[in-house]
Amino acid sequence: MRGSVAIAGVGLAGCGEAPGWSEMEIAAAAAQNALADAGLTTRDVDGLAIASTNIFMSGLALAEHLGIRPKFTESSMAGGSSFVGHLIPATLALNAGLCDVVLVAYGSNQRTGVGRAEAGKVKMALDPQVFEHPYKPFNPPTAYALAAARHMHQYGTKREQLAEIAVAARKWAQLNPEAFSREPLTVEDVLKSRMVCDPLTVRDCCLVTDGGGACVLVRSERARDLRKKPAYLLGAGAAHWHRQISSMPDLTVTAATESGRRAFEMAGLGPKDVDVVELYDAFTINTLLFLEDLGFCNKGEGGAFVSGGRIAPGGKLPVNTNGGGLSCVHPGMYGMFLLVEAVRQLRGEAGARQVKDAQVALAHGNGGVLSSQITALLGTEATL
Amino acid sequence: MSPPSGPEKQYLDKLAAGHFEIQKCAGCGKHVFYPRVLCPHCGSEYLDWVAPSGHGTVYSTTIVRRRPADGGDYNVCLVDLAEGPRMLSRVAILAPDQVRIGMTVTARITDGLVEFTPA
Repeated sequence: MRGSVAIAGVGLAGCGEAPGWSEMEIAAAAAQNALADAGLTTRDVDGLAIASTNIFMSGLALAEHLGIRPKFTESSMAGGSSFVGHLIPATLALNAGLCDVVLVAYGSNQRTGVGRAEAGKVKMALDPQVFEHPYKPFNPPTAYALAAARHMHQYGTKREQLAEIAVAARKWAQLNPEAFSREPLTVEDVLKSRMVCDPLTVRDCCLVTDGGGACVLVRSERARDLRKKPAYLLGAGAAHWHRQISSMPDLTVTAATESGRRAFEMAGLGPKDVDVVELYDAFTINTLLFLEDLGFCNKGEGGAFVSGGRIAPGGKLPVNTNGGGLSCVHPGMYGMFLLVEAVRQLRGEAGARQVKDAQVALAHGNGGVLSSQITALLGTEATL
Repeated sequence: MSPPSGPEKQYLDKLAAGHFEIQKCAGCGKHVFYPRVLCPHCGSEYLDWVAPSGHGTVYSTTIVRRRPADGGDYNVCLVDLAEGPRMLSRVAILAPDQVRIGMTVTARITDGLVEFTPA
């Protein structure tokens, strides 16, 4: 699998606010941008991948909207991790010759869309989690707050250290003209913000925006003939150990320990080889847990690791260089945006936030309540 | 499909009748919560209902912030039962900010729901 498939195009659409746009329309607009980036059109696409929290049979809906009769469709739903996850079956399908061009797309109008509250009630009725919902967890924040509280208890992690993660994300966002939240943010601001679920304030929580993203996957030999520098898939791993937070074995250890190990093994790389890190930061605690679980620091040392601006611009480890879900964009599910930023960094297209000589990028997706963990390693031609 | 209902309904029916019971696997001896058809530890289909001791320890806790007009703040926590399984629940009686990780608690049934009080 290593190096056999590459991302040949990426695109965004409707990030921030896209009033008057449906989810599928935003996905289609992002798809158009990703295809144009690769120098392709919908006529070239014969494979599709998508996930949606709202659209039933989203793969069928996307194909219909774009006028594509795909030979391969993947619409597995593993929450926000889905789009990183789609890389794995898409690669298998491309390598098996089932199809030649896979378009992975996502769109959401979570911020401006109408009827969201009613939709939430319908979803609860369709999927009554009878052992959790009666206690009224305000999810996802409640579940992540429980993880943060346990990490603080077990390892002495401080709220100030979690706040550093939000501040680092904001500093990256200030270098990204496409980021949604770019005003200055301090540790004190984060701590004094409105508490949502202790110990997480609203600034420990991701944005709620609209937005879509897409990427185009082709076999590597085809990618070399297309417009942009390919970002090769060097390794990928997916793991999940629970769905509901009450079934998570240890709230301080995620299945990223397993997904990351398998991705690194496939790539023949380790954390020290990674130049730029994109982690699914729905909450500040995510970044901390994934830095530990992916091996960038030891378990329990994440708080100290992120201190002193280590993951901020100018720090030793560039993390969430677009500003992340905390400050750039988070339309319900963030996975696609990890891939878009990783590819832009590997191509050297990231402008003021560009990480110098980025050759290896890690994109780590998270879905559910620390449930699904999917790690991908991408690299330039030099890493093959 | 010999039992008249699945384990979820059996559990909820017992609870409605005032009995908090969890499953114990006849295959591996481990306790199971939430109720399952197959033991998540060993795959056995032989799960028996047993009454837990009711003793537990708070594994983690949070305060869900809510406007006073909507009922105010409340506790949501994870409790490790003495028998092993963990459940999402709440600690009653105490103010939500008085619930601590490591606190020992005792189960009770209130309005058809298992909640905990300080031991």
